[in-house]
Amino acid sequence: MHDAPSQKEMITAVKAFIDETAMPSLKGHAAFHARVASNVLATVLRELDIRPDAEAAERQRLAALLNADATATARDLNEQLCTLLQRGDMDLTTPGLLEHLKTTTIDQLSVDQPAYSGLQTD
Amino acid sequence: MAVPRNCDKMGSQDQILKGLQAWAGQFYGADATVERLVRLSGGASQETWSLDVEQGGKVVDLILRRVPGGVSVARNSEAIGLGTEAKLLSCAEKEVPAPKVVQIFEPDSDIGEAFLMNRIPGQTIARKILRDDIYSAARGRLTEQCGQALAAIHQIPAEALPDLPRSGGLDQLAKYETIYRDFNLPRPVFELAIAWLKSNQPDEVPQVLVHGDYRLGNLIVDETGLAAVLDWELAHLGDPREDIAWLCVNSWRFGYSENRVGGFGNLDELLETYKTAGGRTFSTNEIDWWEILGSLKWGIMCMIMYEAFRSGADPSVERAAIGRRVSETEIDLINLLEKRA
Repeated sequence: MHDAPSQKEMITAVKAFIDETAMPSLKGHAAFHARVASNVLATVLRELDIRPDAEAAERQRLAALLNADATATARDLNEQLCTLLQRGDMDLTTPGLLEHLKTTTIDQLSVDQPAYSGLQTD
Repeated sequence: MAVPRNCDKMGSQDQILKGLQAWAGQFYGADATVERLVRLSGGASQETWSLDVEQGGKVVDLILRRVPGGVSVARNSEAIGLGTEAKLLSCAEKEVPAPKVVQIFEPDSDIGEAFLMNRIPGQTIARKILRDDIYSAARGRLTEQCGQALAAIHQIPAEALPDLPRSGGLDQLAKYETIYRDFNLPRPVFELAIAWLKSNQPDEVPQVLVHGDYRLGNLIVDETGLAAVLDWELAHLGDPREDIAWLCVNSWRFGYSENRVGGFGNLDELLETYKTAGGRTFSTNEIDWWEILGSLKWGIMCMIMYEAFRSGADPSVERAAIGRRVSETEIDLINLLEKRA
């Protein structure tokens, strides 16, 4: 399949249209929603850059933490982790758990809200 | 052709204006006129309108709180009804800076279920209060004033209050856990927080009137500091630490994370003024449990708003986007839990 224009190029073009053409001609609620739409596209662009490596690393950490099959999906591994946490089989004292969750959350925030104040408290 | 929405219920601005005009004529005199009736944004479950009454060269600034469409429907299971909110405000404004209720309209009135209160000048936008130079003196006093106001709210005798729901920390934890599980969107950080909260339950203290949404955005601040406490619709009987900690939740520091109290203050100072004003003695340590619960609740509230998109109920881009704010509360939870590891 072709990729010219690529996903990133197409999203960048739509974002530029919203920012430079649509938003200046909109008022009130519509202008607000255009800004949110532009922010959403910025999130998608960050996700295209960050997610592949971040999710692969998350899967590796989860597989190690759970002593599980590294071919399982991140969703499956996270479900397993949730079950263990809910049952109390893992908690704050579990070696490596908090570090894993922190790394995962920082990666997630660098996609979702890279300017969020909570990232800077430590 | 479809009937315009505001014809099927008492919803139009003209009808509200007509009803208010008739009331003003009786309340202030035949020559009183209602001017500048404007719908304000904000107010999730009730309508809020601003208006002025002019009479004999005098102007009275008022706010109208009204059930959407004038007809009450169960929208938010937690919110108290408008009539209860008006009764509660009448109790509260004797003890803390709060708007004074001027008139209550019963559900069968010309404008539907509503009440009028006086409009207090000042600022509610958190980022302006935290950043603008004209509020620098106010910021210096706000911690003390917030501590005093909370102590006063928590000391209003229960027998003076209208009927309010009871909701302690564990009730809320159970409620939000159920909502989270129903979404079937597993989040390990939330699981860790829920399990930690269950196994580190705080000692019980007697239940008091809890405001339920005490934070910047719901406080009017002027150049001298706290001018009014607004938005009482989530009030309930519960644990006083809930209000103290909600003000500390990092989402309500609006970027000024270094100041644990609302982005402007220090928790030791807040607890000290709270105690001096007659409140119980609490340690910063025990506020942590409630702050963790607060961040968890806000994270699940963001999931609820995203769910409105996912279910098709509200297809707006804003509702979709809020799903990507849940991770903000996850880092806040990790920062809080890390101190307890």
